[in-house]
Amino acid sequence: MTELLFPPGLLLVIGALFMPLGIKIRNALIFALPVLCLYFIWSAPVNYIVTLPFLGFELEPIKITTTGQLFATIFSLMALVGGIYAYKQASTLELAAAFAYAGSAVGVTLAGDLITLFIFWEVMAIGSTLVIWSARHDGAYRASMRYLMVHLFGGLLLMIGIAGHVVQTGSISFEPLALDSIAQYLILAGFLVNAGAPPLSAWIADAYPEASPSGSVFLSAFTTKTAVFTLLIAFPGAWILIPVGIYMIFYGIIYALLENDMRRILAYSIVNQVGFMVTGIGLGTEMALNGAAAHAFAHIIYKALLLMSAGAVLYQTGKRRCTDLGGLFQTMPWTALLGIIGALAISSFPFTSGFVTKSMIAQSAADQHLIIVWFALAAASAGVFLHAGIKFPWFVFFQKDSGMRPPEAPRNMLVAMAVFAILCVGIGVYPKPLYAILPFTVSYKPYTAAHLVAQFQLLLFAGLAFFVMLPMMKRTLTISLDFDWFYRKFLFAGGRIGLNIMEAFNRITQSGAKQSGQAFLSAFNASRLSRYHLAASWPTGSMVLWIGVILGGYLIIDVYF
Amino acid sequence: MSELDKHWLLRKENIRKLWIGFIVILALTVIAGLFVHQHESFGIEDSFGFFAWYGFITCVGMVVFAKLLGIFLKRPENYYDDESSTSLNKSGAEHD
Repeated sequence: MTELLFPPGLLLVIGALFMPLGIKIRNALIFALPVLCLYFIWSAPVNYIVTLPFLGFELEPIKITTTGQLFATIFSLMALVGGIYAYKQASTLELAAAFAYAGSAVGVTLAGDLITLFIFWEVMAIGSTLVIWSARHDGAYRASMRYLMVHLFGGLLLMIGIAGHVVQTGSISFEPLALDSIAQYLILAGFLVNAGAPPLSAWIADAYPEASPSGSVFLSAFTTKTAVFTLLIAFPGAWILIPVGIYMIFYGIIYALLENDMRRILAYSIVNQVGFMVTGIGLGTEMALNGAAAHAFAHIIYKALLLMSAGAVLYQTGKRRCTDLGGLFQTMPWTALLGIIGALAISSFPFTSGFVTKSMIAQSAADQHLIIVWFALAAASAGVFLHAGIKFPWFVFFQKDSGMRPPEAPRNMLVAMAVFAILCVGIGVYPKPLYAILPFTVSYKPYTAAHLVAQFQLLLFAGLAFFVMLPMMKRTLTISLDFDWFYRKFLFAGGRIGLNIMEAFNRITQSGAKQSGQAFLSAFNASRLSRYHLAASWPTGSMVLWIGVILGGYLIIDVYF
Repeated sequence: MSELDKHWLLRKENIRKLWIGFIVILALTVIAGLFVHQHESFGIEDSFGFFAWYGFITCVGMVVFAKLLGIFLKRPENYYDDESSTSLNKSGAEHD
């Protein structure tokens, strides 16, 4: 076994920088980097640590933990399969940005200290912004700037929190943190911003659907699930996460029900699914934490699969609204079938991955006799089928006949979707290998007669509700207001008023300055001073030169005397 | 388009058959519930067809709640667009 000294995440980040060298190099890197990364993640034993002294701190750029390995594995796998999905259609900028983004997410999962974590955290924000950017249209550019703003704000909270925590405790170690003071709460808030927690949940549905077809596939995987990972390590059992998670679950369902854009429906359902994980982390028992980790793993796969299927539709039709789509199963049967498998998995249908992972969270709520939480989770499970499980495939592939007859998705897209669809079913039918790499030993048995019957009743009657309520679900050409109204309309309007005032002020002072300047100039030209040489050569250049000489002189005097 | 030109899944008689099949499956899941014992330890979850009616009612509730919330939250698609572009597609703003 080779000694692991180089952070595997950094391998992806640096490798991504070589992607613009040529299409062949790029395509080779797309396949080689994630495989190498996977190899390195598993080449070192658990609790393997590499330290690096830095400004009086012992950094731990690599610390292998079971949870970290789990998340790093799915992130690398996502980069690989996402790469297959994207490599023929996406731009090199997007692919390089996506790989740097994936690499920094892997970096976070293997970080042993808060400084390393923070650095990778910020690289992630830049990488993901570039992914949105590479869609190269106006809406994407503006959305990416709003997205970046939210994440820089989250990063700021995190940085202040980390600084406060280090001052208080003297430790930079990334481990379970007690919520003792405002510093730890700020760290928690920084993590939660990336998880899509309230009040800043709107950025997911605002930014992700503006990316290219493949861009939103990459985006769906890393940021929110890295946040789940950090919460899992730092704040297991923090009760505040239970109400936050449950809010996210229902926020996602309600907003997705109101939405018309197919990828925005899926973006809202990311918040919904991450809500389940956050609730599980708040519950904090071994089974709940296992459930949260396993659900994150399964979620990345089926959510990517759903967005791949939506991306293929967008790529072939150029349409993104449910009102424009419908009847596509006739000419895109494979995309429809694979998308439906993803939709069943997100709904936790028996024999798909969601069934064996999400149920651990609900089970631990029952075990702790948290009756309200359990009832909320049961209703939410039905709601997932409603807002994503049926709504997405129904409106995109069935519904009315839109008249469009687009060709089937390109082969590389189908291959990527097939790989993830096989994993969705594979994990569902045979969960043992996934259970084996969870943070704690699993004693949970998902396939009991009672569980199967309960889940079938819950989901199928949710399906009945969907078709009974269909007239009320008619899609409209609308968007829904969210917290982002405050920074898109309210601040903007306020900003415009401020800008107008500043502009008026600027005009007054400028004209004033111009007048007094002209008066000064004419007075100066009339005076005898203007005859001197230095003053005659008016250009600013000479002034800069003289200032440079004077400052240089100071420097020399300061250094040598 | 006549009925025969349509994809088999879109023909009226087949949609009827699908509905019948669906209702049969729904009934089977409820009947199957009589033979298993739910043990989440709250009591109510073991009552007759609990997950069936609970799933149905909560979903109807969520759809209705979303619909009501939509009255306050829904805006035309170009609500956030710049003033220049809103003036261009003002006609689109009237959709609901």
